Amino acid sequence: MNKKSSRLFAEARKSVLILPSMVLLLIFFVTPILLTVYYSFTNLALSGENAKQLKFIGLSNYVSMFKDRTVRISIVNTLVFLLGSLIGQQVLGFLIALNMRNRNRIFRGIVGPVFLAGWIMPEVVVALCCSTFFGDEGTLNQIFSFFHLPTVEFLFAIPMATVILANIWHGTAFSMMNFQSALDGVPADIEEAAKVDGAGPFQTMLRIILPCIKNTIATNTMLNTLSTLGVFGLIYMMTGGGPGTKTLTLPIFMYRQAFISQQLGYGTAISMILLVIGIVLSVFYTRVMRKD
Amino acid sequence: MKKMKKVAAAVLASTMVLSLAACQGSGAKTETTAQGKTEAGSGETGKTAETPGTGGKTKISITFRDGGSDALKNWFEHAYETYDKKDSIELDIAPITASEGDYFAKVALALQSADTAPDIVCEDTFQLPSDVAAGYLTDLSGYLKDYKEWNDGTYYGPLVDGVTYSDGSVYGIPYCTDTRGLWYNKDIFKAAGLDKEWQPKTWQEILDTCKVIKEKCPDVVPFWCNSGVASGEATSMQTYEMLLYGTGEQLLDENDKWIASSENILKSLNFINTIYKDGYGPSLSKVLNGEAGNIASREYLPGGKLAISLDGYWMTGNYKETGSAPWPEYKDKLGIAAMPTSEGQKPGSITMSGGWALSIPQLSDQKDASMDFIKHCMSYDIYLDTIIAQGNIATRTDIAADPTYASQPFMEKCTGFLSGAFYRPRNSQYSTVTTHIQTMVESVVSGTSPEDAMAQYKSDVTNSVGADNTVTK
Repeated sequence: MNKKSSRLFAEARKSVLILPSMVLLLIFFVTPILLTVYYSFTNLALSGENAKQLKFIGLSNYVSMFKDRTVRISIVNTLVFLLGSLIGQQVLGFLIALNMRNRNRIFRGIVGPVFLAGWIMPEVVVALCCSTFFGDEGTLNQIFSFFHLPTVEFLFAIPMATVILANIWHGTAFSMMNFQSALDGVPADIEEAAKVDGAGPFQTMLRIILPCIKNTIATNTMLNTLSTLGVFGLIYMMTGGGPGTKTLTLPIFMYRQAFISQQLGYGTAISMILLVIGIVLSVFYTRVMRKD
Repeated sequence: MKKMKKVAAAVLASTMVLSLAACQGSGAKTETTAQGKTEAGSGETGKTAETPGTGGKTKISITFRDGGSDALKNWFEHAYETYDKKDSIELDIAPITASEGDYFAKVALALQSADTAPDIVCEDTFQLPSDVAAGYLTDLSGYLKDYKEWNDGTYYGPLVDGVTYSDGSVYGIPYCTDTRGLWYNKDIFKAAGLDKEWQPKTWQEILDTCKVIKEKCPDVVPFWCNSGVASGEATSMQTYEMLLYGTGEQLLDENDKWIASSENILKSLNFINTIYKDGYGPSLSKVLNGEAGNIASREYLPGGKLAISLDGYWMTGNYKETGSAPWPEYKDKLGIAAMPTSEGQKPGSITMSGGWALSIPQLSDQKDASMDFIKHCMSYDIYLDTIIAQGNIATRTDIAADPTYASQPFMEKCTGFLSGAFYRPRNSQYSTVTTHIQTMVESVVSGTSPEDAMAQYKSDVTNSVGADNTVTK
């Protein structure tokens, strides 16, 4: 009896302690999501007649979305941006982490912060740095002209590649840190044993190191996916989604529809695609992870 | 180690508590200022706005777009200094620093809540119908009954129409208007061996002139028109509509339906396409930039790097002593030509005209005081100073006759364009359709074929206004 009541007390205490965070989550996380879903079925607008009377218009936002060619373009752009950023950030992050392994503290102490600088900078500053770096009269073109190479209008000739590069610069340090800690966790004796058994560096990498950090790769991919899907400020500041629709990703298209064209309802419907892509990819990654 | 952890936990916890407290503090502050809109005048607090003169001052807040020029701010400050009710009124100048598109979004959001709505807001007349339809603005008709200048025809008739909603009520006092044309640098024309007095009669003549300039002065950009989404309304109005209305077509047909696809839309887009395809336009990185308009008017045209610029009269405001890019010789070096119709058909030349108005939000709690201050801002002397500083065309006929105002370079010609000027549709859907126009123009400029761009425009417009409100010609 006594035992039971004390357990009950413990449960109650736990619930009370967890209550504030649950309430906060409910107010600031769950409610906005539900509201967004609701608004995507309405004619919500920033101005005009529709702003006066909120009306439920059923699936009509979704119907026009599927007819809209720009939606398709921005889905493709989002996926290209995602894939480019993911591959770039992870491969680069992994290589840096690998090269920093077993180096002395001074080397690590200098190289690490250099890469971290890109990550700790706010998005706006990153965008500004990259715009001035890739700009028409920017640093890179100055270097080009110093060597008498033709200058390139990076933000217009290859806009998507440029914003991906900027995002890679911004995000690589995060992957680097994840891989660093994972690599530190690879037991040295297994590697040693492989070496004794005659495995070359390539084989060691493929058969020993990569399998050991598999879970980190999956987690890292998922985290990067979710943060890359939401990138707005970086692209908006560098290209504004242009020229034309060349870097128009879903978040930017959503912003344009909701706030510039003042059709909030349609904008929220577009955000649903983003949500779906995020959910699908997350489920996919967790499935892959669970298999092992 | 354990101790360190404890310290860290304590620091983190206190940061959290502090930031929460900070949030609460700022929240509470906005609430009080918004509710009462009262500022303690002589140490007494808690007086509400409804009891001015008993220690508290009535506070009027005024919102406008800060586009890098101080002209509007100076206007309101100067008006306040000379205001006879200065002792009972306090002025809160609250500009919004944003691109044009963002300005309208921010204003629309601010007008939705009594906590954030200013007492006076500067509205572009194209956005006005939309904001009226949303119920954001106050019907000023009642306040205008005893406004002498409003009733005796001092304000230009078409501009009064521009702030009158379809139900006949007035929702703003127009404070500036404008006309557009082809500005050209006479030095470049001379260097290219062209006549310094230029007036093209058709679009083809503009292209021919560009061709000569490109051949003779290869370092000069022959032609600049606002072409990007980032330039906002400037792209719709200064470029696309100047072309479209010059073909004889308008945005709406005679039954007030949006024309979503037509030969004339295609013709206008083809002109833009030719400009960029044949290398007469600036580089995309310049023209699709949010600063495009300023680069052209403040840097390229006076710097001899641009020959022809399709832009509005206000541009000359930059070149005055008080402007952002003083150019003492602009009177002699700059020329203005009317924008011709596509094939020179009647009326021969065209201009679009717009302008801005001072409005009072529906949720303002100081409507009487605000209206009184607006009247003061628009009084002869104060308004004369600002309209010259803004480099805009006056909305009052008596100012137009003032010698100081009328003797400004190009004023006579640009005011002359006003007769026969076209105005944007007074339709609450325009503010959405215009963003689709900007997307269409930018996509042509960045390589999409005019046909595809028009197809996308059709689908965007149909999507926004509904298929039964559009027609294809």
